[in-house]
Amino acid sequence: MNIFTKIAMAAALAATLGATAVSAQTVRMGTEGAYPPFNFVNDNGEIDGFEREVGDELCARANLECVWVTNEWDSIIPNLTSGNYDTIIAGMSITEERDQVIDFTQEYFPPDPSRYMVLADAELSDGAVVAAQTATIQAGYLASTGYTLVEFATADETIAAVRSGEADAVLADASFLAEIVDASNGELAFTGDPVSIGGGVGIGVRESDGELKDKLNAAIDSMKADGTLSALIAKWFDGREVSY
Amino acid sequence: MFEYCADPSAIEGLEWWSCYLTTAKHFAFYKSFGTVLVLLFATVPFILLLGFAGALARRSKAFPLRVFGLAYTSIVRGVPDIVFFLFALIALDQGIEYLRHITLCPDWSEPIRQGSDFIVCSEAKMPLGSAPQWQHELYGFFLAMTGFAVVFGAFAANTMYGALQAVPHGQLETGVAFGMSPRQIFRRIHLPQMWIYALPGLSNLWMILVKATPLLFLLGVEDIVYWARELGGTKIGLYSYPHGDWRLAYFVVLLVFYLTLTWVSERVFERLTRFVSKGQDTLGGTL
Repeated sequence: MNIFTKIAMAAALAATLGATAVSAQTVRMGTEGAYPPFNFVNDNGEIDGFEREVGDELCARANLECVWVTNEWDSIIPNLTSGNYDTIIAGMSITEERDQVIDFTQEYFPPDPSRYMVLADAELSDGAVVAAQTATIQAGYLASTGYTLVEFATADETIAAVRSGEADAVLADASFLAEIVDASNGELAFTGDPVSIGGGVGIGVRESDGELKDKLNAAIDSMKADGTLSALIAKWFDGREVSY
Repeated sequence: MFEYCADPSAIEGLEWWSCYLTTAKHFAFYKSFGTVLVLLFATVPFILLLGFAGALARRSKAFPLRVFGLAYTSIVRGVPDIVFFLFALIALDQGIEYLRHITLCPDWSEPIRQGSDFIVCSEAKMPLGSAPQWQHELYGFFLAMTGFAVVFGAFAANTMYGALQAVPHGQLETGVAFGMSPRQIFRRIHLPQMWIYALPGLSNLWMILVKATPLLFLLGVEDIVYWARELGGTKIGLYSYPHGDWRLAYFVVLLVFYLTLTWVSERVFERLTRFVSKGQDTLGGTL
């Protein structure tokens, strides 16, 4: 190693040290990693999807250093309140029930109707068995209808239940199901009218974490204002147009 | 991994498979087998230690120790594993953070509990919020080891207590006849003679422990079952390697793994049984 490489390396090292010294607060972003296209674990084992891009952009704008972690959907709220991570960014609709336990930023994805998906030639009769993911707004809604609710831990398992005939239908966010219906070559289809259940999708933060919530809200504002958010929604959701 | 993997949609057959099975995600799956094995083997000494301590406590002449031993074995065995892992370990985690909090941030004035939130100063976080992800994983691993050691230790304590009680009187009296001290009798006769009675129970415990690893996911440790489910699920076009529902195939791999582990364990326990049966005046004993 000659003297110049040494100097160059020292300079690079100083630069990285300097960067870490001024770098902002670390924020751990909690997501499920099993809900494409919102969030999923790609083949490189990294978290990917619409929310990954939104989250990274928000962190850049709010000058936060973000680390991504996955957590099972069922225990995603308790693990936020006990401090294992600082945000929930996992396609979580803002509901009053959840708002009592945690706080939400403003929405970064508009309210999305839920839809029933069945095997292509099937009908949805009264008392049919309908699958939904545990602790989702759809599971809560189904309990108040005439259908028999079966719950599964992951969204993927609800789809598999319809394919195998274990359930007659699945009720889930239309934006999640759309791609599955498209990819099924006519095997699966939507049925019935869309149902509006929850509010928009927001980032969950601890109720005591007002500062982080304000920073994220400001960053979402700026992404809405310059159109980057609408562009990301169009990119991940098949050209969907949203006016923010 | 290979050069031709750059565009997965253009390849098929053997090339597709060689790329698919060597994605970073698959390596995480392969690595999780190691994680599970390391966890199992690292926990066993602590299970035996806690089990032994629990059994001795239950046999102790001191009343408080006896009560403690009985309480430990009864309560922990009675609480469902999933409850224990969800609540006791989160309480342990928060306890550690609380202790760090009162030592590291004495000037903190806000309450620790605000509604359902548990808030300690950021210096007291365990591990620190800014720590790299592997430290968080290691901490989860440590919590998992603690959980398994405490739960399975209680079962082991009961097994060992029973085994200690099963050693025939005559053998211990022989020690007295030879003029051994109580301590000598315990170390040279009672303890070695106990194992033949404890081994079947302990081997059961080991087999149950092997299958209990999916509980780890509650603590954020990604075990083999998590990865099998994640990799096997239907993959739509967003993924580089789309495929249908392959969970069955992945779970068959797990089945083979578990059966192999069972087979190897059985061989080992067979040898151990033969070893501790030597010289026993029992049906299975050998001279």
